[in-house]
Amino acid sequence: MEILVLIKQVPLDSNVGVDPKTGVIKRENAETKLNPYDLFALETALRLKELAGGIVTVLTMGPPQAEAAIREAFAMGADAGYLLTDRAFAGSDVLATSYALSQAIKAIGAFDLVVCGKQTTDGDTAQVGSECSEFLGVPCLANVQTIEVIDPGAVTLVYDAGNSFIRATVQLPVLISVDKDICQPRLPSWNRMQASKGRVVKKITLDDLADKNRSHYGLDGSPTQVVRIFPPEHETTTELWDDGDLASRLFSFLQEKKFLQELA
Amino acid sequence: MKTILVHQALIPNPADAPKLCPFGAIAFQEGSVSITEQCRLCLVCVKKGPRGAFELQEEQATSQRPVIDREKWQGILVYVERYGRSIHPVSLEMIGKAHELADKLGQPVYAVVAGDAVAQVVEELAHYPVDVAYVYEHPAFKDFRIEPYTAALEDAIGTLHPSAVLVGGTNIGRMLAPRTAARVRTGLTADCTFLDIQKNGDLDQIRPAFGGNIMAHIRTPNHRPQFATVRYKIFDAPSRSPQAGQLAVVHRTLREQSLHSAVSVLSETPKGAGVFIEDADVVVAVGKGIGKRENIGLFETLATKLHGQLACTRPLVEDGWIDPRRQIGLSGRTVKPKLIIACGISGSVQFVAGMKSSDCIVAINNDPQAAIFNVAHIGIVGDVFSIVPALLDKLAKRG
Ligand SMILES: Cc1cc2nc3c(=O)[nH]c(=O)nc-3n(C[C@H](O)[C@H](O)[C@H](O)COP(=O)(O)OP(=O)(O)OC[C@H]3O[C@@H](n4cnc5c(N)ncnc54)[C@H](O)[C@@H]3O)c2cc1C
Ligand SMILES: Nc1ncnc2c1ncn2[C@@H]1O[C@H](COP(=O)(O)O)[C@@H](O)[C@H]1O
Repeated sequence: MEILVLIKQVPLDSNVGVDPKTGVIKRENAETKLNPYDLFALETALRLKELAGGIVTVLTMGPPQAEAAIREAFAMGADAGYLLTDRAFAGSDVLATSYALSQAIKAIGAFDLVVCGKQTTDGDTAQVGSECSEFLGVPCLANVQTIEVIDPGAVTLVYDAGNSFIRATVQLPVLISVDKDICQPRLPSWNRMQASKGRVVKKITLDDLADKNRSHYGLDGSPTQVVRIFPPEHETTTELWDDGDLASRLFSFLQEKKFLQELA
Repeated sequence: MKTILVHQALIPNPADAPKLCPFGAIAFQEGSVSITEQCRLCLVCVKKGPRGAFELQEEQATSQRPVIDREKWQGILVYVERYGRSIHPVSLEMIGKAHELADKLGQPVYAVVAGDAVAQVVEELAHYPVDVAYVYEHPAFKDFRIEPYTAALEDAIGTLHPSAVLVGGTNIGRMLAPRTAARVRTGLTADCTFLDIQKNGDLDQIRPAFGGNIMAHIRTPNHRPQFATVRYKIFDAPSRSPQAGQLAVVHRTLREQSLHSAVSVLSETPKGAGVFIEDADVVVAVGKGIGKRENIGLFETLATKLHGQLACTRPLVEDGWIDPRRQIGLSGRTVKPKLIIACGISGSVQFVAGMKSSDCIVAINNDPQAAIFNVAHIGIVGDVFSIVPALLDKLAKRG
């Protein structure tokens, strides 16, 4: 079983703010960590490997420092790691990121299963996996909750379809993204970290991809453009109600804010 | 290709430079500042950084981007998500928004529906402001499976050439929208909280980034269609008109090949109500102010009526009135529901730490000085035992 896990390095805390007067970003620190949702993806892959045998490879696209994320994955038990890095990828939106990742996956080799996290804490789109699956030409399933059976040809799993849980069998290869309830990620082990110290993280650049056309990557390959960023308006003001028919006011408020609609 | 040029000499405090960038794309290593792959060319460093230190450099375009013909792409398409025979309410909300946007430009609203038996859904759509419905009816569409559903949406886009496509930010929509956007090679903006349209058809998309600490305004100027997903309960659903309107229904057939899927659905289990207070969209929290254990039922009823969960402060757990898993706060759980109603809670720092980032905080307390009113959006000064029963009465009358 060849399993690939897509992981990403994200800022340590998303606690950034914008100074409303100057528009300058205030960031407490510039440290990074492995996207917490990707820990579940990696744990899923490691458990499948324990069950079905095989190799777990991790891939990340990011700056050279993102190698740290791969080292962390090694310490958790990943067998091999690739870092997709090139200035040509700067400014990538979801489409360009997914396309670059899919090109790298094709360059690395054939996989039975590609596992993604539910979302990243910085991009926060939960879209990269599904777009990747399209470029890879494999089916995709998101919000996977449990993997019941995996055999050489197919996987049987349960995913959260919003209104219901769906149990399905999918022929391999497939790309899945897993929910955070799927399992408890193991902690990185000091022993494995020591043992993997000398292991090389292979770098992939634009030159290694089959499609070398720069305009398909980075800012040129990104249809969406950020026009501006600004601080959200916070409603920190309290509206005090102290007279009249308070229950009626509350009822109207709940109705107006759509809290009385049937949840679906 | 555009890049940012760094002039090291013009940066007085290079170690602080990384803080400038919202995307973490400024690196400070071995005494020098550089721009990394994370750069989104938001130009914050150019505009707000040390004078002249960061410079935008526009290289000759390596390839001329084809200019899209905006005239060819008109109308707003809404993907209608159905479960069984019903329409997901987020789809109706998007139809409302699509109608508002399309109206500005005098363009049509399109709907796409797929399923094994969709007559009822299509009939229902006629009561909403939709001009044309593209209908894909086939046993292959019984359950959601990515390949046939993508093929249907792709077919509608290829035939109708809509300027924008709106898909609900549901678990299903979050699979379908990216898959289709990638297939037609266009941009996709996730979870927009605000949408508007320019005269030339460019969609203004605003979404929260960094866990809501920053808002980003996004456009897709050179590609069509412009894809956006929208979460449930962000926009208003239009009112259902009693008479069915002039809905043009177009039945489409796809090639058998496009209907093939590697996924076979074995079974489907409808979801029960959530048991974890963290997952609830609505939380009714109770504190010492509810007086005695026997009163809990009243608030439980309110929580059920609002499809929410009951939660509490620590003293109620200590007294053994309520399950510890329902405690909010520093030594309990953190919740961030769309709505929390705090009943008879003073608002101690330890409690507030576990709920302060909720979207809408309503507090009912008979002490106007209660600290909970400092964090509440709506502070109701009054007796919970007169307000809550009266509210339940109104909810019951409503049905
Ligand atoms: C280390 C530590 C950790 C803690 N962790 C937590 C924690 O995780 N979670 C937590 O909740 N607490 C925690 N506490 C306890 C916390 O300090 C408070 O004691 C507790 O939150 C108070 O709970 P309360 O608001 O229900 O009760 P009270 O503070 O007694 O407030 C009751 C409120 O009800 C109002 N009231 C009374 N009758 C009515 C009525 N008829 N109608 C309307 N309002 C009425 C009163 O005006 C009052 O404001 C912790 C304390 C410590 C020291
Ligand atoms: N730059 C990246 N490198 C590798 N994997 C990524 C990258 N960005 C996103 N992913 C994967 O896609 C998932 C969803 O990310 P997102 O769409 O950004 O919320 C993540 O949990 C990762 O598994």
